[in-house]
Amino acid sequence: MPLASLPLAAAGSGFFTSLNDFLNRWWVQDFIVVFGFGLVFVLLRAGSRNERWQRAWERLKRDRTGLIALAVICLYLAIGGLEALQIPSSGGGRRSVLDLVVGGIPSEKTYSAPLANTLLTEIPPKPLNGRHLLGTDALGKDVFVQTLKACRTALIIGGLTSAIYIPLGALLGIIAGYFRRWADDLIQYIYSTLASIPSILLLVAILMILGKGLGTMSFALGITGWVGLCRLIRGETMRQNERAYVAAARALGQSHWRIVTRHLLPNVMHLVLINFVLGFSGIILSEAILSYLSVGSPVGTPSWGSMIDGGRSELSRDPLIWWNLSAATVALFGLVLSLNLLGDSLRRAFDPKRG
Amino acid sequence: MLNYILRRLLYSIPVVAGVMLITFLLFNVLQKPEAAAALNLGAKASAQAKQEWIHNRGLDEPMPVQFVKHLGRLATFQFEPSWRTGRDMREVFAKHAGPSLLITLPGFVCGLIAAVGLALYQVFVRNSLLDRSMTLAAVALMSVPAMVYIIFGQAVIALALNYFPAFGFDMQGLGTARFLVLPVLVMVLVNLGHDARLYRAIFLEEVGQDYVRTALAKGVASTRVLGVHVLKNGLIALITLTVAHLPALVMGSLLIENFFGIPGLGNVLFIAIQTSDQPVVLASVYLGSLLYIAGLILTDLLYALADPRIRLS
Repeated sequence: MPLASLPLAAAGSGFFTSLNDFLNRWWVQDFIVVFGFGLVFVLLRAGSRNERWQRAWERLKRDRTGLIALAVICLYLAIGGLEALQIPSSGGGRRSVLDLVVGGIPSEKTYSAPLANTLLTEIPPKPLNGRHLLGTDALGKDVFVQTLKACRTALIIGGLTSAIYIPLGALLGIIAGYFRRWADDLIQYIYSTLASIPSILLLVAILMILGKGLGTMSFALGITGWVGLCRLIRGETMRQNERAYVAAARALGQSHWRIVTRHLLPNVMHLVLINFVLGFSGIILSEAILSYLSVGSPVGTPSWGSMIDGGRSELSRDPLIWWNLSAATVALFGLVLSLNLLGDSLRRAFDPKRG
Repeated sequence: MLNYILRRLLYSIPVVAGVMLITFLLFNVLQKPEAAAALNLGAKASAQAKQEWIHNRGLDEPMPVQFVKHLGRLATFQFEPSWRTGRDMREVFAKHAGPSLLITLPGFVCGLIAAVGLALYQVFVRNSLLDRSMTLAAVALMSVPAMVYIIFGQAVIALALNYFPAFGFDMQGLGTARFLVLPVLVMVLVNLGHDARLYRAIFLEEVGQDYVRTALAKGVASTRVLGVHVLKNGLIALITLTVAHLPALVMGSLLIENFFGIPGLGNVLFIAIQTSDQPVVLASVYLGSLLYIAGLILTDLLYALADPRIRLS
């Protein structure tokens, strides 16, 4: 791909390199992980005080598909969380908590088939250092372990992107729907302009300016991804605005800030939750496409997208190498499917009429 | 009606200008003129040749002046020729729109028929085990990344079974169809899960309406109620969702065209992005946003035509 050889005017400019250095320290990353999980927990706790949420939870508890999907997602979260938590290792580098668990698996020189005894290409056959459930990749790394490690990438991109687009979309949507007039016109103008640009072009351009990386990818996906949520929240806010409780709050002389945060926000929050779950799956799928456009995860970061992209050329080799592509596809499919199913269950639970 | 269209067109001018400003700024931040000259003339070109190249394209002028000139050119559809190939953009659009349409139009029509058919059938057997498993299958279809469909289509159907060519395109009358089957199939599959679910929700909403109960009470067969009454009323909601995509079909599908080597506009844009061919990208985005806005206006018009209760004002 010629992308790498392009002269990038601002790639790796001072501010972003020092920001990257700071973000790369192990304790900063651990803090972000703990903070992220904590934030989701606190938000769910806050939501559980809402009567609508309590009723939805009662309904969700009877929805078997939804509960299974939730359990699968928690499993992925746990694996990704263990890989994201890092500790300094004795050799001066660092390793993840997941490495401690699966650290005993040795690496090989190059490809080996699942559960094979010897390397794939070497003649005469060379014995392997260990058994590999799903074989090894081009660099001799265990594919099963790599697939587990890629959970972290999916989690980080999904989490960071959501942290950008959800506040942006929800806030702008509420402002547009509540204040109407020029604020609405301005916000509508911004999102119709953004929506008129092919999103892939915007993504690639932003990534070429800021350089490759998980942070910049999340930034690009977040900047381009808020339009749908904003539209949805704007419409729902306009509907809620007509309700008696908002008129009552206004008649009591409550401030705009209080009406928005105390009355409107809790009543549109369930849409944000559903969008968060469904959007997460969209983000993971986008990462796979960006890998193909060679602006995906940086080299050396295990990700399902880059494994699938690499799998394209491996399929035309002889002997055929299918385990890398299949493992990544199945892992990605499992998470995205669970997210989609949970999103549907949530939608049914919050709105039993439409289920 | 004419009044309405004119006003909508006037409203869209600032949006198009905004799109042009964003793409213009993106490319000027992305690529300095010197770098662009070096990329197009080769690293060995003399400083004077590069200077001349920059001057000929007006890239040495202040940015606001460049932008105003750029807007003026676009308003009269006078596009700058491609930097890499020197081809005129109007000629590029005329030549590559055809292959794009050959993929996207059959893909769109087949996809629409398949999704509407599935959705109607699901509504017919609603809340049964079959309906639930079909919904699950639709969710599963949308959870597979588009790349995997393409990779498996190429590896299994084309290379292993050798039914269709895996890659390439050739305008040769009916023989062209051989190249189209696989991309069209992939396009239908990629969108099927999402669309079928969406349309099912729309039709399900209609089934709850009073007119359905009335028709059933009158003794109209339930297949006829579904296939005529519900379909007709559901179509109005469907129009808003699908017609907006129609003009965008001209621009093709970036990924599918690139994977299958179809020389359509999506592929042209893809290559232009990768080689920083600024005039091609700017012209494509301009055309794309015009078509997008045209789609929105068309949607409103059809909406009013399909449902006499809606007045345009």
